Amino acid sequence: MRPAVVVTGISGNLGRTLARLLHRHERIIGIDRRPFEGKPKDVEMFQLDLRGRRAEDVFRRNEIRAVIHMGIMHDPRMNEEEHHSFNVVGTTRILGYAARYGVKKVVMLSSANAYGPSPDNSNFLTEDAPLMAASRFSQVRDLIEVDMLAHGFFWRHPDIQTVILRPVHIVGPNIKNAPSNYLRLRHPWVLAGFDPMVQLIHVEDAARAMIEALRPEAKGVYNVVGPGEVPLSAIWRELGRASIPFPHLLARPLLDILFKYRLASFPPPELDHIQFLCAVDGSRWVKDVGWRPRYSMRETIRSVLDE
Amino acid sequence: MLEQVGDELQKALRRWTESMVGEDLHGRIEQVARNENEFGVDPFGFDLNYALAAMAPFVWLYKQYFRVQTFNIDRVPAGRVLLVSNHSGQLPLDGAMIVVALLTEAPRPRVVRSMVEKWVQTLPYVSTFMARAGQIVGTPENCRRLLEAEEAILVFPEGVRGLGKTWGQRYQLQDFGLGFMRLALETKTPIAPVAVIGAEEQAPSLANLKPLAKILGFPFVPLTPTVIPLPLPSRYRIYFGEPMTFSGRADDEDAELDKKVAAVKATIQSMLDEGLKARTHVFR
Repeated sequence: MRPAVVVTGISGNLGRTLARLLHRHERIIGIDRRPFEGKPKDVEMFQLDLRGRRAEDVFRRNEIRAVIHMGIMHDPRMNEEEHHSFNVVGTTRILGYAARYGVKKVVMLSSANAYGPSPDNSNFLTEDAPLMAASRFSQVRDLIEVDMLAHGFFWRHPDIQTVILRPVHIVGPNIKNAPSNYLRLRHPWVLAGFDPMVQLIHVEDAARAMIEALRPEAKGVYNVVGPGEVPLSAIWRELGRASIPFPHLLARPLLDILFKYRLASFPPPELDHIQFLCAVDGSRWVKDVGWRPRYSMRETIRSVLDE
Repeated sequence: MLEQVGDELQKALRRWTESMVGEDLHGRIEQVARNENEFGVDPFGFDLNYALAAMAPFVWLYKQYFRVQTFNIDRVPAGRVLLVSNHSGQLPLDGAMIVVALLTEAPRPRVVRSMVEKWVQTLPYVSTFMARAGQIVGTPENCRRLLEAEEAILVFPEGVRGLGKTWGQRYQLQDFGLGFMRLALETKTPIAPVAVIGAEEQAPSLANLKPLAKILGFPFVPLTPTVIPLPLPSRYRIYFGEPMTFSGRADDEDAELDKKVAAVKATIQSMLDEGLKARTHVFR
């Protein structure tokens, strides 16, 4: 049998999109705790936890040519200890198996949000900018840690091509992450007087980027930018929504209460994303793999409303 | 509703700018290099239409209030350039006047970017206004990126030390930061010295109320004859010097850079001294 590509977190929206794009060209082995609904027939699926012993069997029994690691979650409602363990232990295990079983390529999904929005940010952060997101939003520290784990792995295993992708906000139909949920609000609130430039990428473009990373030219850390950047206000105009301006000094304490009593799904530190810049420079990725997103900015914005 | 009011206001302001600058404006805008997307903004958030509207009050100040005169504006080179100017007047109107001059009077019209303090990003409305008007947070990365894109950047190496000077120190250049010289060397950018005369007299500061500034979190609080620093209609004269090019290592020790910075500072000081000698009246 031909060598396979292991895809962790395959049952999520991004994972399913990636599987649909890739399964005709590669032998895919999917790993996820969740079932894969609408799985293409030729995808071999293992419904298990990366931290368990059975995950290693997948590597022991198959020849694996590459790992695409997306089995990382971000759910602010989740128990922090479990959240941290799933992400950090899961990533440690998968990197360990890759090294032990001679995998030649590891592609890991991180996020441009790891830099964190801040009034001190330059307009375009490059890959060497410090990952500061946890300084104002401590619950995301495991997301930074997994990025750093992969970073360490990259240096310790020069024989393995490790690629860390830091895409901008991933949006799309049915995507349930914070940016997509926010853009689906019928009566969106914004912070009065703040209108930062925002970068979005369509989920299918993000999946294509993960696939591009399998190419031999891709090595190291990359910011992945979609069709560009627009002011937040232009997004609301495009979606035909009238935004409700809210004073930023009141927004934080109010959202704090709403979040605590489960009346809002956004943790207060995420307000930083609609107040300050967290935009990245994706030119290294463009240069190394000739990256071009398929979806235009308008299509990307409107995709959140699609079914 | 609010949006429509905003749109109408923007159109009205833009018409005001057009009426003050005249027919010439359209031709000038055509010449400005533009890099905007389908939403009318460039990657930094600069929106030329917004800027032309937002400029209106400053164009009025330029034409009617300060009656700005420019000298040798044709010396500003095409391509990347660092405009280095003295800074004064309690409110940074000198920057705005240089920006208006280069868009409306320069033979090769330029959209000048100036570098703003990081704390501006924390201010509602001001942060958005600055971004749409093409003003960028002054990090070295931002500056480098813009220069490599052949843009014109305005810097005030004195920073708030110059802006908040008291009356006794007028037209005496304060300490220059070295950052602009490192960027100029690194990106091989010519420096265009600029001397602004008249801004010192717009709001003479009798004292800097440091304890009050500390309480308010402002860099300084001037005590002016008008209590708050409302500008007086002094006449602005803006002198542009010959571009200066420097060579050397950008990561050299401060002492080496100091020499080069001193040369720029001396040039601007002599431009100031000559301009002051030629001036016959503060308000005329």
